Amino acid sequence: MRNIWIICRRELSSYFTSPIAWLLLTMYSVIFGWIFWNFLGEFIKQGLDMEMMGQASPMNVNEQVIRPLLGTSSFLGLFMIPLISMRLFAEEKRNGTIELLATSPVRDIEIILGKWLAATSLYCWIVLFASINFVFLFRYGNPDWKPMLITLLGVFLQGAALLAVGTFISTLTKNQIIAGALTFGACLLLWVFSWVSSYDSSTWAQVFSYMSVITHFDTFDRGVLSSKDAIYYLSVIFLGLFFTARSMESLRWRS
Amino acid sequence: MITVTDLTKRYARTTAVDHISFSVHKGDIVGFLGPNGAGKTTTMRMLTCFFPPTAGTATVAGFDVFTQSMEVRRRIGYLPEAPPLYLEMETIEYLRFVGRLKGLSGAQLERRVAYVLDRCNIGDVKMKLLGKLSKGYRQRVGLAQAIIHNPDVLILDEPTSGLDPKQINETRELIKSLAGDHTIILSTHILPEVEQTCEQVLIINKGKLVATDSVHNLQARARGAESMLIEVAARDGEFATARVQDRIQKIPGVSRAVLKEELQNGAVFEVEASKGQLVRGDLARAVVESGWDLNELRPSAMSLEEIFLQLTGSDAVAEADAPPEAAQPPEAPEASA
Repeated sequence: MRNIWIICRRELSSYFTSPIAWLLLTMYSVIFGWIFWNFLGEFIKQGLDMEMMGQASPMNVNEQVIRPLLGTSSFLGLFMIPLISMRLFAEEKRNGTIELLATSPVRDIEIILGKWLAATSLYCWIVLFASINFVFLFRYGNPDWKPMLITLLGVFLQGAALLAVGTFISTLTKNQIIAGALTFGACLLLWVFSWVSSYDSSTWAQVFSYMSVITHFDTFDRGVLSSKDAIYYLSVIFLGLFFTARSMESLRWRS
Repeated sequence: MITVTDLTKRYARTTAVDHISFSVHKGDIVGFLGPNGAGKTTTMRMLTCFFPPTAGTATVAGFDVFTQSMEVRRRIGYLPEAPPLYLEMETIEYLRFVGRLKGLSGAQLERRVAYVLDRCNIGDVKMKLLGKLSKGYRQRVGLAQAIIHNPDVLILDEPTSGLDPKQINETRELIKSLAGDHTIILSTHILPEVEQTCEQVLIINKGKLVATDSVHNLQARARGAESMLIEVAARDGEFATARVQDRIQKIPGVSRAVLKEELQNGAVFEVEASKGQLVRGDLARAVVESGWDLNELRPSAMSLEEIFLQLTGSDAVAEADAPPEAAQPPEAPEASA
């Protein structure tokens, strides 16, 4: 436990000293803020229009601002995740620091968990930081916070799952660019798998659709806490880290 | 402290380390010598539990590297060929991280960090980023991280490679000074390094151990019969090489005197004696009593370099570092106009 924390802390501090964390934080906040501004502007305009036309149909901040915004942010995560996870092992392998970790009295699984936790918490912090925008909604409106938190949880779970896949991919190569590109491809693939369900309902289509991260995000996005979908994310995390462990072991036997 | 039995590492097509056996006693400095690609790093990586051996066993402080890996890792400090530094970290931050990784904490950690900063002479760069340090400093930080948890065994893979001569000397002195507290294995392909730093030497070539002995014994063994170099000169300017050679050969115990080099007013002979160094006195007396000058008399020990080449075969010549004199091509004569 202590070792996981030691690894995680070093990993986090290195995200912040190599400016990658600041870079992602800035870019993500700017883009998130821009999208927030646009959704909000449209929401306000719609409200004014309805008032002018004299028809007061009910409007919902949760449905019309928060939900599409967090939906978009899970999509933005797709671009951010490879940038976070690509260096985890690839950099250690290139710099030779993997020899330090692998010969220290630390178990492989502790190294992997520490690194993955660091990546996941960086991701969560970036999303949370951008979510400061929601404070305005609570200040000037009255949104329901429960579905919002559930959607946020969905964003976190999806990020954690894709980061586990990214961690595994990072052990496969010394080259960060290759690790990043592969992770991006894998994330995108896990995303578009869901498209098949729109025109096909065969067993295979259902399997592919089930494998897609976005299929399981939908329920969270609607503000529904579904254990079935949470289990999907947890099993992707488990599988990703399990393969990472196997990959590290094979590294030892082969190298 | 370290016992290695039939240690073997095979890859798909090659055998990197082939049934190596040796043992190292507590407090020794052992030089692991061999041309590049001989299997030094592979052996060290097995000892440090970086990867498991294909066959054979190795124990460190009584613990098996495969089955009791965590115990071994706690007792080993390892400096790989490239110091494993996180370039975006500060020196002191890095040392704290490694210390924690090795199980130190609290006041003990701070004490050890302060100690290694002082011991490795890196106190003045403790707040600098590792990426900004010169190679010599990086190497010393590498050594500092290896000794931070006061390990019983230190394994250093080519600790002086890539340093300038002054840094090499400092690093060697540092390693020597560590020998009392730690058992040290260091690998190198630079021969004088072993002669200067190590007490015992293991010579490895193509994955096989070709010799293991103390530096002193190894030299003696390769030398075979005792031999000396003697430089004799004539005071009056009339030097008769044959006469001197004849006189030397008549000394009891001398089996052979070979002319090595003819000087302007003297000559150098290589004298082989069956009775060892006891002949030296007789030799000196004979020369002086005959009215010649004795300019030099020294045992012609075979350098480790020659032993090494003899043991590893001629194919190692190209890979082994050439001695500094030979590295510099003779200066070209002045260009013709």
